Amino acid sequence: MPPLPFPSAVPISYYLILSAILFVIGVAGFIYRRNIITVFMSIELMLNAVNLSFVAFSYKFARVDGHIFSFFVMVVAAAEAAVGLAIILTVFKNRQTLQIDDVDSMKL
Amino acid sequence: MDAILFFVFAAIAVACAINLVLQSHPISSALSLIGVMGALGVLYLLLGGEFIAMAQLIVYAGAIMVLFIFVIMLLNAGAEPPGPKAKYLKFLGAPLLIVLLGLVGYFVQDQLGATELVKFGSKSDFGSPASVGMALFTTYLLPFEVTSVLILIAILGAIVLARKEVD
Amino acid sequence: MDFLILSLIKLAVVMFVFMTTLAYLQWIERKVIAHIQLRVGPNRVGPHGLLQPLADVIKLITKEGLVPSHVNLVFYCLAPVIAVFFALIAISVIPFGGEFTVPFTNIHTSMQLTDLNIGLLLILGLSGMGVYGVALAGWASNNKYSLIGGLRSSAQMISYELPLALSLAAPLLLVNTLSLREIVNLQDGFYFGILPKWSIFALPFPQILSFILFMIAAFAETNRVPFDLPEAENELVAGFHTEYSSMQFASFFMAEYANMVTVCSVATLLFLGGWHPIIPDMLGGNYIASLLFIASGAMMIFHGLQPARKWDKFTFPVFGVVFILVGLVFLIPIVQTLLMPVFWFCAKVLFLLFIFIWIRGTLPRFRYDQLMRFAWLFMFPVALANLLVTAFLVALF
Repeated sequence: MPPLPFPSAVPISYYLILSAILFVIGVAGFIYRRNIITVFMSIELMLNAVNLSFVAFSYKFARVDGHIFSFFVMVVAAAEAAVGLAIILTVFKNRQTLQIDDVDSMKL
Repeated sequence: MDAILFFVFAAIAVACAINLVLQSHPISSALSLIGVMGALGVLYLLLGGEFIAMAQLIVYAGAIMVLFIFVIMLLNAGAEPPGPKAKYLKFLGAPLLIVLLGLVGYFVQDQLGATELVKFGSKSDFGSPASVGMALFTTYLLPFEVTSVLILIAILGAIVLARKEVD
Repeated sequence: MDFLILSLIKLAVVMFVFMTTLAYLQWIERKVIAHIQLRVGPNRVGPHGLLQPLADVIKLITKEGLVPSHVNLVFYCLAPVIAVFFALIAISVIPFGGEFTVPFTNIHTSMQLTDLNIGLLLILGLSGMGVYGVALAGWASNNKYSLIGGLRSSAQMISYELPLALSLAAPLLLVNTLSLREIVNLQDGFYFGILPKWSIFALPFPQILSFILFMIAAFAETNRVPFDLPEAENELVAGFHTEYSSMQFASFFMAEYANMVTVCSVATLLFLGGWHPIIPDMLGGNYIASLLFIASGAMMIFHGLQPARKWDKFTFPVFGVVFILVGLVFLIPIVQTLLMPVFWFCAKVLFLLFIFIWIRGTLPRFRYDQLMRFAWLFMFPVALANLLVTAFLVALF
């Protein structure tokens, strides 16, 4: 059977480029979207993208440290989600809106 | 097989991520994000991170995103109305992002382009729960304990913020 | 290639048995609840209503799937798929019995679809994903009852996942592995030749408390009475599946029963020693299955001789003969070594499932604030204390 033109495995750089693509999409969501929750989710997407590169580097060096870092990122993301969503709830309670543009003054 | 799995799940991740940004309803975005997380979990498995893949599934997709969905449903958030936004963003944002992506891609390819191929299961089990736990409770014990304080503070903050008598 | 064919055969067998179990669990539940409430239960389709599941399936398939006009169509259709997918996929890592060599060949395999070294974590992750089915169904139905059902479900799942995971962690400290097969293998043997070395009896700290906590949390995770607030029918019509009909409705039911089977299997594997016998072989543990089947067969024939209803004359003796034959099959040595582990596993799982149904027939539903208070002020601290004591004792000995 002749060898397939398709590679049997991909180099580590592909994972890092995927991570970069996801990060850029996250940034795009962060700056283009106006719903607070969607903006928040874009931040989570960026964190995920960074996690992927941590895990990829961890594979390259065959060390567990990258996994530990992404574990800590997850923990911080959990704490951030709890506080952030509480803030969103409070903002919605006081202003009845989720649009970032409408939350632009200190006074109600 | 490794390459097929990588390309399939990378495509799913990118498609879901783009969908996250394009969808106007928060629930659609949240579901897309869950899709991204699931696909990334599979990629973690390919990279030998068994524990981190499962933590991704349990913590990120199973707990944090449930919280998001819960809040979206609680607030009954509707679709985002299209409206004016800072004009220069539209013309400046996308090209700058593409430049950023190109630069990162170029450097990654330049520095790491010729490195080894990722083969599932080719390295020792450095990502197993046992070795992650070992590192977490010896080398990284102090950061681990500090995160517990962080979570405690986060819990207190969330309770104070979401209490009923906020005014 | 052998691996692929073997996996496909195993998959076919497991799926067939699993689906049949799910269908008949419904029948068992209706019968048991009926007898608890002094009713007869389904008895029209087939002898003793045994064909009722088949009739239900045919009814649900041929029924028109009604889609209300005000729903969010994409998520409305996606929700039951998500629910049933994550409920069914968990069975792939659950072992039903030990390793064996297929008779007349030299193929060595195990009674399990796949053994992962992170099997338990995978089940936890999948069970956490199942909530999206319920939450999305509630939201997409665009109906206030459904929405409240979905909201309750997600809050309840998040709250009860903590005690669930904490109560799972305690026995894991005793066995020190996450592979379900190894967890069971480490519970082999007997103390003093009579008390099985299961986690709920294991030294240095028997995990009875943790088993009870796990079962309570499992009730909440599967939305069963007394924690069935997401579908509380006397306040929320039918909760999250109010707007569903035909096969989509059936998918939610299937997901619920599949989740029940999964949590009962996990409880069996982790706390009740999986496929290891209750009674040691020396004391005749291998003949329990034959004894049980032949005794129930004899009882059926006895009832058939004094029929209470006119069809009992035919049905009871037939079932009695079948049961006695099954009992005799369990006496054949080669079958005995192969099937006794499966028998013990199924017996334990069915016992736990019976408890699920029994409690549904017994307890009233929690109020919502009681549900949350129970999770955070009772389950969570007790599970944490249990884990702490276990960890301390394991470190000490």
